[in-house]
Amino acid sequence: MVFVLLFVAIIAAIIIWWLSRQRLFSKPWLEEGLAGEVPGTGASHLPAAKIGLGVFLAVVGSLFALFLSAYLIRMDTGDWRPLPVPTVLWFNTGLLILSSVALQWAQVNARRGDLEGAQTGLLAAGVLALAFLAGQFVAWRQLDATGYYLASNPANTFFYVLTALHGLHLLGGMVALGRTTVKAWRGVPVAKLRMSIELCTVYWHFLLLIWLIVFGLLLLGADASLANFIEFCTSVIKGAR
Amino acid sequence: MADVALGKENYVPPPAEVEDVELPHAHSWWTRYVFCQDAKVIAIQYSLTAIAIGLVALVLSWLMRLQLGFPGVFSFIDSSQYLQFITMHGMIMVIYLLTALFLGGFGNYLIPLMLGARDMVFPFVNMLSYWIYLLAVLVLAASFFLPEGPTGAGWTLYPPQAILNGTPGQGGGIILMLASLALFIIGFTMGGLNYVVTVLQGRCRGMTLMRMPLTVWGIFTATVLALLAFPALFVGAVMLLLDRLLGTSFFMPTLISMGEQLKYGGGSPILFQHLFWFFGHPEVYIVALPAFGVVSDLIATHARKNIFGYRMMVWAIVIIGALSFVVLAHHMYVSGMNPYFGYFFATTTLIIAVPTAIKVYNWVLTLWRGNIHLTLPMLFSLAFIVTFVNGGLTGLFLGNVSVDVPLSDTMFVVAHFHMVMGVAPIMVIFGAIYHWYPKITGHMLNETLGKIHFWITFLGAYAIFFPMHYVGLMGIPRRYFDVSDMNFVPPSAHDLNAFITVMALIVGVAQIIFLFNLAWSLRYGKEAGGNPWRATTLEWQTPETPPGHGNWGKELPVVYRWAYDYSVPGAKEDFIPQNVPPAAVRAA
Repeated sequence: MVFVLLFVAIIAAIIIWWLSRQRLFSKPWLEEGLAGEVPGTGASHLPAAKIGLGVFLAVVGSLFALFLSAYLIRMDTGDWRPLPVPTVLWFNTGLLILSSVALQWAQVNARRGDLEGAQTGLLAAGVLALAFLAGQFVAWRQLDATGYYLASNPANTFFYVLTALHGLHLLGGMVALGRTTVKAWRGVPVAKLRMSIELCTVYWHFLLLIWLIVFGLLLLGADASLANFIEFCTSVIKGAR
Repeated sequence: MADVALGKENYVPPPAEVEDVELPHAHSWWTRYVFCQDAKVIAIQYSLTAIAIGLVALVLSWLMRLQLGFPGVFSFIDSSQYLQFITMHGMIMVIYLLTALFLGGFGNYLIPLMLGARDMVFPFVNMLSYWIYLLAVLVLAASFFLPEGPTGAGWTLYPPQAILNGTPGQGGGIILMLASLALFIIGFTMGGLNYVVTVLQGRCRGMTLMRMPLTVWGIFTATVLALLAFPALFVGAVMLLLDRLLGTSFFMPTLISMGEQLKYGGGSPILFQHLFWFFGHPEVYIVALPAFGVVSDLIATHARKNIFGYRMMVWAIVIIGALSFVVLAHHMYVSGMNPYFGYFFATTTLIIAVPTAIKVYNWVLTLWRGNIHLTLPMLFSLAFIVTFVNGGLTGLFLGNVSVDVPLSDTMFVVAHFHMVMGVAPIMVIFGAIYHWYPKITGHMLNETLGKIHFWITFLGAYAIFFPMHYVGLMGIPRRYFDVSDMNFVPPSAHDLNAFITVMALIVGVAQIIFLFNLAWSLRYGKEAGGNPWRATTLEWQTPETPPGHGNWGKELPVVYRWAYDYSVPGAKEDFIPQNVPPAAVRAA
């Protein structure tokens, strides 16, 4: 429930903020425009594609919020047997962060008008994202090899389903990223690419955020009490020292 | 009249010219009529597909009624088929007909035209949306051709029974149903992005949000609801599909079936109910809000009067949309949840009556001393108001826990939701088709045929659903195949059931008149001209009728006023279109 409520609250806040700027208290029946003088429509200065992506991210957010709520509810029903989170996931998380960074770098270069920098960034982001997906697959294989099958416990099921869902979204993003990268290497002027690169970057950061939340919760589900989770975090921090 | 009154600090001067978009023009027959990116063509494709699958659902309701009215007479209906008919009838009507027709059909046709846009903002994605919807419909229809038929799990698809042995269609039917729902949601999301972003960014100069016709407000808010609510159904469908296909236990508790312990264990069926109704209740308003919007425009136009309380109408739409997310558990009073939960949800449910009542009062007050023309759209609008009030009142009964518990799972509930989200929105759909058909085709629909269609449909619907309330109050359960040998059912109930069935058959057949009218008028209908109803909204001001690709010829319209300038004192006509500058009115 927490995630759904949180998500609904965020969306409601955005909608209320937006509505508050729309002159909902105006009296349109009294407002007749003069010839040649019309009020602004209140449309955003952002391009439609960016707003479209924003709305799409809200839908994706809703999807994940619901899945994660279901995850937390199901965790409490008694037959939850935590599974060991494969170590490779930490490595994968690093790859995804690097992929996001690379794309951000491509965006910075595209804004500067540096096509070569943008090309490199795009390619690096794509390769890193593919490596992430391959890493996720390795994690699946490891779990499968050690007997943690999809249907044998809800903890396993949620692990596979959540990682698959996230992976599929990333794969969908790869299509857009791939097209942009191909265009960039064909030498399409960087000004024409800037929008695509920015859209990819926003999507990538969003998926990184989702992944961090999902990963955190998977760790939680792997060791079902929060105290253990915190202990785990501190041990990681200590280990890093 | 006041000149444009704007808050000075947040006034953004509009660009001198709205940037023109490059439209993907059709070059061949295929891209003009089939793989077309023009929202108007997509709208017609959506509508025809929705109506076609809706007719299948209509026939299913006949078969159900034949069994209920004359149990044992029709040997070709057995109990499993009966459950399959119920399930498919419900699911098709709610999702594949009503949702698709209101948002995919009317949304696509009206949003760009009413807002003075050339097309939706992402035409390609919009086209994809229709083709995925068609695929979803085909996958669903394919389940009729499986050896054991479609699923008979009931339209709510509650686990565990939805995927257990013994439920009809457990083999393939349920799989196709869930897959089809997932496809529908993917397709809808593509369309929904278009509707929302077009309303946000695609409006022509001068079209502020508060100048939009209420039709657009209704469709816009409903789309936002749908985009946020459909993922819940998607999540539920995917998880149920995994339970069925891979033997996971998201929703499946430990079960013994036919003396055998199943492999499932520990899942929560209630979790599915929460997910389903997180989608299911907003779904009611996904259907109702566009209907509210459309009917407001029909009433204003055909009563030649500005809509009463435009601002209130907009606020009410938004508030109803927001509240629809916090009433979900009133569908679950009998699921064994904490009674305090019930009180909370009963309260929120009853609060929705406030904005809804505001809307009803405003429709009535718009009619008050209006110049009411009893045209077909007006007749259907009046029928809508009456029906919606009726259905809404029984909603007050069912919203209360203590009244709902005894009435739950009786025919009373069936009568209630058919009135409020079956008959009422369908009335609006008919009214809207009679209203906009002239713009879509250039011909008027035949008035006489329309009146016959209206009276049979309207009176017939009441003859069906009024007695059904009574049958429900007697305690006759819904979803039961045969109640003929139950002791508590008096003979009068059987007579009523037979009567309801006969009326259902008549109303169903009467729709042939409507379909005939649609086809006949395409060729032989009276020439409509550009603006037969003398309406103010932009779609009636297009240079061509039906509008061409790009809608507006060379120049986009500019909006100078709100959408409801009817019978303005001192104007030469009793309506002033939104794109007429004040100077032109005064000069007259």
